[in-house]
Amino acid sequence: MQLISCPWCGPREEVEFSYGGQAHVPYPEDPAALDDEQWAHYVFFRDNTKGRFAERWCHSAGCRRWFNAVRDTATYRFEAVYRPDEPRPVTT
Amino acid sequence: MSPRPPGADLPEHPDLLWRDVEPKASYDVVVVGGGGHGLATAHYLAKNHGITNVAVLEKGWLGGGNMARNTTLIRSNYLWDESAAIYEHALTLWEGLEEDLGYPILFSQRGVLNLAHTLQDVRDSVRRVEANKLNGIDAEWLEPDEVAKVCPIVNTSADIRYPVMGATYQPRAGIAKHDYVAWGLARRADQAGIDLIQDCEVTGFTTSGDRVTGVRTTRGTIATGKVALCAAGHTSVLTDMLGFRVPLQSHPLQALVSELLEPVHPTIVMSNAVHVYVSQAHKGELVMGAGVDSYNGYGQRGAFHVIERQMAAAVELFPVFARAHLLRTWGGIVDVSPDASPVVGRTPYENVYLNCGWGTGGFKATPGIGWCLADTIANDEPHPYVAPFALDRFVTGALVDEHGAAAVAH
Ligand SMILES: Cc1cc2nc3c(=O)[nH]c(=O)nc-3n(C[C@H](O)[C@H](O)[C@H](O)COP(=O)(O)OP(=O)(O)OC[C@H]3O[C@@H](n4cnc5c(N)ncnc54)[C@H](O)[C@@H]3O)c2cc1C
Ligand SMILES: [Zn+2]
Repeated sequence: MQLISCPWCGPREEVEFSYGGQAHVPYPEDPAALDDEQWAHYVFFRDNTKGRFAERWCHSAGCRRWFNAVRDTATYRFEAVYRPDEPRPVTT
Repeated sequence: MSPRPPGADLPEHPDLLWRDVEPKASYDVVVVGGGGHGLATAHYLAKNHGITNVAVLEKGWLGGGNMARNTTLIRSNYLWDESAAIYEHALTLWEGLEEDLGYPILFSQRGVLNLAHTLQDVRDSVRRVEANKLNGIDAEWLEPDEVAKVCPIVNTSADIRYPVMGATYQPRAGIAKHDYVAWGLARRADQAGIDLIQDCEVTGFTTSGDRVTGVRTTRGTIATGKVALCAAGHTSVLTDMLGFRVPLQSHPLQALVSELLEPVHPTIVMSNAVHVYVSQAHKGELVMGAGVDSYNGYGQRGAFHVIERQMAAAVELFPVFARAHLLRTWGGIVDVSPDASPVVGRTPYENVYLNCGWGTGGFKATPGIGWCLADTIANDEPHPYVAPFALDRFVTGALVDEHGAAAVAH
């Protein structure tokens, strides 16, 4: 089990968190303009990156707030955690 | 008498099961991925269609991916017609695979119980039994006392947290020795003249318009007429190189085995609600699995708390396991689709065929998908059993949705 740093609460055990998939997927600006294919991509298609991936986590058994993280999906290492209103940090 | 050297009494090293070849400059068909699906596709390309100018490219060793890591449960008691058709086709092929390959695969039809723990579970299960029967698949509903007859070590007392309220039973379900399946398929494909090339990672593609003309690999570029993607959890890495998207998420899935025990567990037991599944391997280990780890991952390992939960479930259902020692755990990477069903068939490239999204349940499909994918490649037309699993179902909305029968949450 690894420690995950909630931006509000600090490091807590992994079991306190739940996973929310890819981050920065905006709701379509003009939903009525989307065709079926574009809707399918919004609803079903997400990146499945091997390597650094920006994703959402919720500190469900703590402050219950959502936040974003950049995590390496090959090593599972968290490289950065940040609040939803912050831009994706540059990780090297 | 002079002392015999150590090892002198050991049997001869067996003949190699397949040739170790250098890749040729070009093939009619390149199969990416030397797991069960890739090898079965190669086997049926040769056997059913006489297509043998084929290479199977494997970045590691044959059968070393999910094929080597799965818990080998084989069943066809799926709810929907589309899934029932392909998994039952596979089960029928499993029943004759040993003779077909001329190789032992230790296929053991010991049946599967899928336990129900709530009234809703009971209703869903009875519905699935009836759906199975309509599809000609063997299925029965068992009351708790009948469950205890099939598998006496299941705790069927009424006073546990999730009492067993009955189970579906498919007597023809079973297990097989996964390594032997891979080796048997590889040996037959090799005998037919197909090149099985290990240590050969596909790192890119050469294209011309909407056709792929070759694959770039760690052992050079190989020209090809057709490409079949059989890379399971790594499919997205390949489709990213090709520039099209498939709605897959790769997750770690773990399994584990106990020490060797006397034969105590005569069948397979699965439980959705308390979330564990168990069978006893031929040698005697209890083989157990559960659901995927929640996050995306390619690391071929998962988190320990998932194992802890699964062990708690196992001990509640099988009190006799409380003192068993856990011997080893491992993880594979499975590709999960939004409707828990595979994605098979055409791609935006005219000569590239997709086979992925089998998630936590593709081992049982091995001969069935090999058969159908070979047919699809040979005829340039999706085989009727795979047609419902086309990529465009996410646009048309004709989803298959087999969460209902998956028997593990994912
Ligand atoms: C722990 C666990 C338990 C499971 N239990 C069951 C079960 O009980 N019953 C069941 O039906 N299913 C089960 N499954 C699922 C099943 O193992 C998979 O659905 C199935 O093995 C997928 O098909 P495959 O055998 O071809 O995949 P794999 O064996 O993973 O084959 C894919 C191959 O592609 C290779 N590859 C990937 N990228 C490249 C590249 N770029 N170049 C060359 N080669 C590449 C990989 O190295 C790999 O060998 C389980 C899976 C796991 C992990
Ligand atoms: Zn918090």
